[in-house]
Amino acid sequence: MRASFMDAIILQILNGLDKGSAYAMIALGLTLIFGTLGVVNFAHGALFMLGAFCAVTLQRMLSLSYTIEDPTQKDFLGNPLKVDTPYIVSWFGDSAGNAIVNWSVPLAILFAIPVMLLIGYVMERGLIKHFYKRPHADQILVTFGLAIVIQEIVKYFYGANPIPTPAPDMFRGSVDFGVMIGFAQNEIIYPYWRLVYFLFSAVIIGAVFAFLRFTTFGMVVRAGMADRETVGLLGINIDKRFTIMFGIAAAVAGLAGVMYAPINSPNYHMGMDFLVLSFVVVVVGGMGSLPGAVLAGFLLGILESFASMNEVKSVIPGIDQIIIYLVAIIILLTRPRGLMGRKGVMEE
Amino acid sequence: MLGLSKKDTTFLLIVIFLTLATPILLQPFPENSALAQFNAGYPDLMQRFAIYGIFAIGFNILFGLTGYLSFGHAAFLGVGSYSVVWMYKLLSYNVLPGLILAVIMSALFALLIGFISLRRSGIYFSILTLAFAQMSFNLAYSVLTPLTNGETGLQVYTNDPQVLMGPGSPSSPHFFGIVMNESAKVDIGGWQFTFSNGYYFCAIIAIIVFYLSLRIFRSPFGIMLRAIKTNQTRMSYTGLNSRPYTLAAFVISGMYAGLAGGLLASMDPLAGAERMQWTASGEVVLMTILGGAGTLMGPVLGAGFIKYFENIFSKINDNILHTWFSALPDGLEDALVFMLHPFIGKGWNLTLGLLFMLVVIFLPGGLIEGGNRIWGLITGKGRKSKRAVKDNDHHPKPSAHVN
Amino acid sequence: MTKFQVNRRTLIKSGAAFGAGLALPTIFTSSARAYLNEPKGDTVTLGFNVPQTGPYADEGLDELRAQELAVQHLNGEGDGGMLNTFSSKALKGNGILGKKVTFVSGDTQTKSDAARAAAKSMIEKDGAVMINGGSSSGVAVAVQGLCQEAGVIFMAGLTHSNDTTGKDKKRNGFRHFFNAYMSGEALAPVLAKAYGADRRAYHLTADYTWGWTQQESIAKATENLGWETVNNVLTPLAATDFSSYIAPVLNSGADVLILNHYGGNMVNSLTNAVQFGLRDKQVNGKQFEIIVPLYSELMAAGAGANVRGVYGSMNWNWQLQDEGSKAFVKSFGEKYGRPPSNSAHTCYVQTLLYADACERAGTFDPCGVVEALEGFEFDGMGNGPTLYRADDHQCFKDVLVMKGTENPTNEYDTLEIVEVTPRAQVEYAPDHPMFAGGDLGQCNSGA
Repeated sequence: MRASFMDAIILQILNGLDKGSAYAMIALGLTLIFGTLGVVNFAHGALFMLGAFCAVTLQRMLSLSYTIEDPTQKDFLGNPLKVDTPYIVSWFGDSAGNAIVNWSVPLAILFAIPVMLLIGYVMERGLIKHFYKRPHADQILVTFGLAIVIQEIVKYFYGANPIPTPAPDMFRGSVDFGVMIGFAQNEIIYPYWRLVYFLFSAVIIGAVFAFLRFTTFGMVVRAGMADRETVGLLGINIDKRFTIMFGIAAAVAGLAGVMYAPINSPNYHMGMDFLVLSFVVVVVGGMGSLPGAVLAGFLLGILESFASMNEVKSVIPGIDQIIIYLVAIIILLTRPRGLMGRKGVMEE
Repeated sequence: MLGLSKKDTTFLLIVIFLTLATPILLQPFPENSALAQFNAGYPDLMQRFAIYGIFAIGFNILFGLTGYLSFGHAAFLGVGSYSVVWMYKLLSYNVLPGLILAVIMSALFALLIGFISLRRSGIYFSILTLAFAQMSFNLAYSVLTPLTNGETGLQVYTNDPQVLMGPGSPSSPHFFGIVMNESAKVDIGGWQFTFSNGYYFCAIIAIIVFYLSLRIFRSPFGIMLRAIKTNQTRMSYTGLNSRPYTLAAFVISGMYAGLAGGLLASMDPLAGAERMQWTASGEVVLMTILGGAGTLMGPVLGAGFIKYFENIFSKINDNILHTWFSALPDGLEDALVFMLHPFIGKGWNLTLGLLFMLVVIFLPGGLIEGGNRIWGLITGKGRKSKRAVKDNDHHPKPSAHVN
Repeated sequence: MTKFQVNRRTLIKSGAAFGAGLALPTIFTSSARAYLNEPKGDTVTLGFNVPQTGPYADEGLDELRAQELAVQHLNGEGDGGMLNTFSSKALKGNGILGKKVTFVSGDTQTKSDAARAAAKSMIEKDGAVMINGGSSSGVAVAVQGLCQEAGVIFMAGLTHSNDTTGKDKKRNGFRHFFNAYMSGEALAPVLAKAYGADRRAYHLTADYTWGWTQQESIAKATENLGWETVNNVLTPLAATDFSSYIAPVLNSGADVLILNHYGGNMVNSLTNAVQFGLRDKQVNGKQFEIIVPLYSELMAAGAGANVRGVYGSMNWNWQLQDEGSKAFVKSFGEKYGRPPSNSAHTCYVQTLLYADACERAGTFDPCGVVEALEGFEFDGMGNGPTLYRADDHQCFKDVLVMKGTENPTNEYDTLEIVEVTPRAQVEYAPDHPMFAGGDLGQCNSGA
């Protein structure tokens, strides 16, 4: 162990920003849905998971292959080996074809946006809209049921095992970040793809804020979040806009999932792993506050990373197991409505 | 009788009858028939019905009456179980000291957690309770292993002290010699009924706590709790401090949960940490809403519903499907099996998820509402009375979330 | 003949018998039987308790496939599989003791509580005489305890913790799978040969009992060969992202990372470690290496290209070329179109071993079966000559050291066998400190 913890701290800040990116994007979508529609969406984790499976699906589609039997090789039962060649490779030639397959995760962004918007639209029109006037308990029950159904459908088609979904070769390995800021070699290394993920989330979060702030559509939605009835009285069809917002929230969760696929192999229950955490993030940020959700996401990500440092764990064993919940309790006791929450939202 | 109105007495008597006759009622199909798969009258599942019924009844005292949605009640379930197993390890397999300790310990835990969490309301309260329960679970699984035996679950070892164990004492949980896992099987015709000591022990306790919850619902205290749910602000304007009432409700429902956890360990002497996970807390929330929050029988129905699917549907496999449909032509048989395949066995979660959605979409008041509708159809009473019932017990005023 | 009509007829018959039955109800209490769930008719019911939901669902599915196959072979259907290579010839392919074998299945959900509930339902409702399967040590220990209390035989599936046949061993429970201690003893010499005896290891360990026993075993075994353990960091079971545990590894002076993780934890921690580029780095003048002591085919598939060149150990692998393994892979592969996993192998073998023990004991009475299995020596089941040791009900057999295939030729070609470590090298005394503190107790037949 060395005396200077500077490099360790910088590393954990990077880790925290990265974890925080996922939390913030999911929490942002949850808050959008909650703020606009007043619906507690327990299926939001499932949307994140669906995003990751968009990446898996595109990877599979691009790798769709035709099979020829190669009598010179044998499979595990001693029959002639079946060799698969992706159609893409035979259409575009070896190098271009393989490059397309290789870039399936970034390409999946294009694939996921329409898919997730559509899923969000169908979900809102088909199910959620009937629950605006229902108590939160009913919303929880129906969206939780929906989350289970979505999960089980994914499990039926893709199995329960994680599915490796690698990033393009270009982003494999890690960058020696420390050398750039004057540390010795190998002191602060960070994977390329995680840096990409952080930048990507910054772009998405920025885009959502810009959209709400600078477009007329966004202005109406913000007005609707503040006072739905008055906006309705002005003759503006707020419902339609809220439906679109639901689609956008679903797309944000989905995109967070797409880009997360190379970080950890997607599996069908990954959404549930994030669900509880993202609710904690939303509440710590303050119900209904978009900046609060983002801030809390990064804050909890960074604190979680710090708590898993050996130096911290040796003082308080097991702190990394409970840090998020402990911080949530402390914040909620000192700031009654979370970091940036408004009075009267979800307090009944 | 017993301080109840005539209507409530009838209600209680019906509940007592149903509870005591459960081993017969849940065994409607003869042993050798293909439908025997759907029988639920075996001791373990009946015990679970009763125990999770107790859990849900207790949860409903908090959620159904005050509207405070706790997402951390599983913590008390776990505390109760650990208490009982520790009493086995230290004293003997008699369940009584453990159950008493379970109720006391869970009350203390609930007092502590409730005192802190009830400083907030709404979703902030839910997240606080969730945070406490998740911390308990994570620590029980790892750091607190000396106390909880971690992943494996706390159990009794032969080298445990067990100071009250005499040479003749039963070597499994018992209540003054009544051994929980003993049962009498009665064969009548093709039917087989199992009357288990453990089930009747749970059932009698369930009836007692059901009676207590009935009294709470009808008491001035219960009315006060409903007032809190209806409009807490207005209550505080009248100069009443609502906190002691909600805290009392929280502690009472925590004690119910501790008792349920203790009973789980009384039927099966092992306490697993998963009992404290958020999924377990979520389960009791689902049970209560599914059955009908704020109604007396609803949560019990919800508990039975979920446990039935978990234990019966998860055990149906393709082989069983094939025997059911073996009378049909081969092609049709395979097609039917293929169609049903995703919903049974490993797909039981899917079925449960779909049913959650169907129930909440079509029966806004939960299963009890379904019961009311059917009752309404039978007795020919119109919709009016049913709506009135619903609004009395369960009045989810569409609240303004956006303001 | 159609089954439905038979059922309807029985139904009508039983309806007719109902009146007579009312007059003469038969009452059984638990003391009025020879042993629990004694099979009275012409069938015997086995209970297969595997994870069907949750993260291990695919592994459970594979176990269930293998168990179905075993039932077929026991009933004389199919090609007989390992029955032809098994050294004991007591089984005739006519069921067990002349009774046709049927089975029921339950869902453990990989939770102790749910697993016990599922096992209880199979014992109480379906009359199962034996419970087989499972995919985690916590579940195995919990269900083993239950079977001991209830009075049926438990044949453990995938369970690798030392505790299962150590401090939590039970007279009614048997483990065919290998354990953490054996992994350490088999792996250490191979690692020392491949990476040198002068290495500094950093352990990441899943923070629950299995993780601890494996970490202890691996650290002991590698230290005996000269390695140094730099650090051991416990990671929460619920962790999905291991970046903050992996980031400090490179600066700790360690040149080997040992991941004491299984399942989803292992897939993610290995993926994260490779992402951080650890395997491209030089530390202390040596190439940095990663080791995953316990492998499974499904986990290797989940981690994809990240397992390439990474060492680990296994109980059995479908690429083994002995007669028993070949016969099993053939019948499994022909039925399901894929090679079996090592947990499938264990569950298959356990089912046959149980059946054989009943046959040799001449009874399903758990106490008789226990007697027949204790100290039983056999061969032809894929692991070479094997002993079910009487002192702790642990199987002693060869252990496989594996490595991630560098150039896979098909989707099942994820791991290759590096060495078959002979049984003698992984044996230990029953009172070894890592296994101390347990007591088998007395066999319980539930009478």
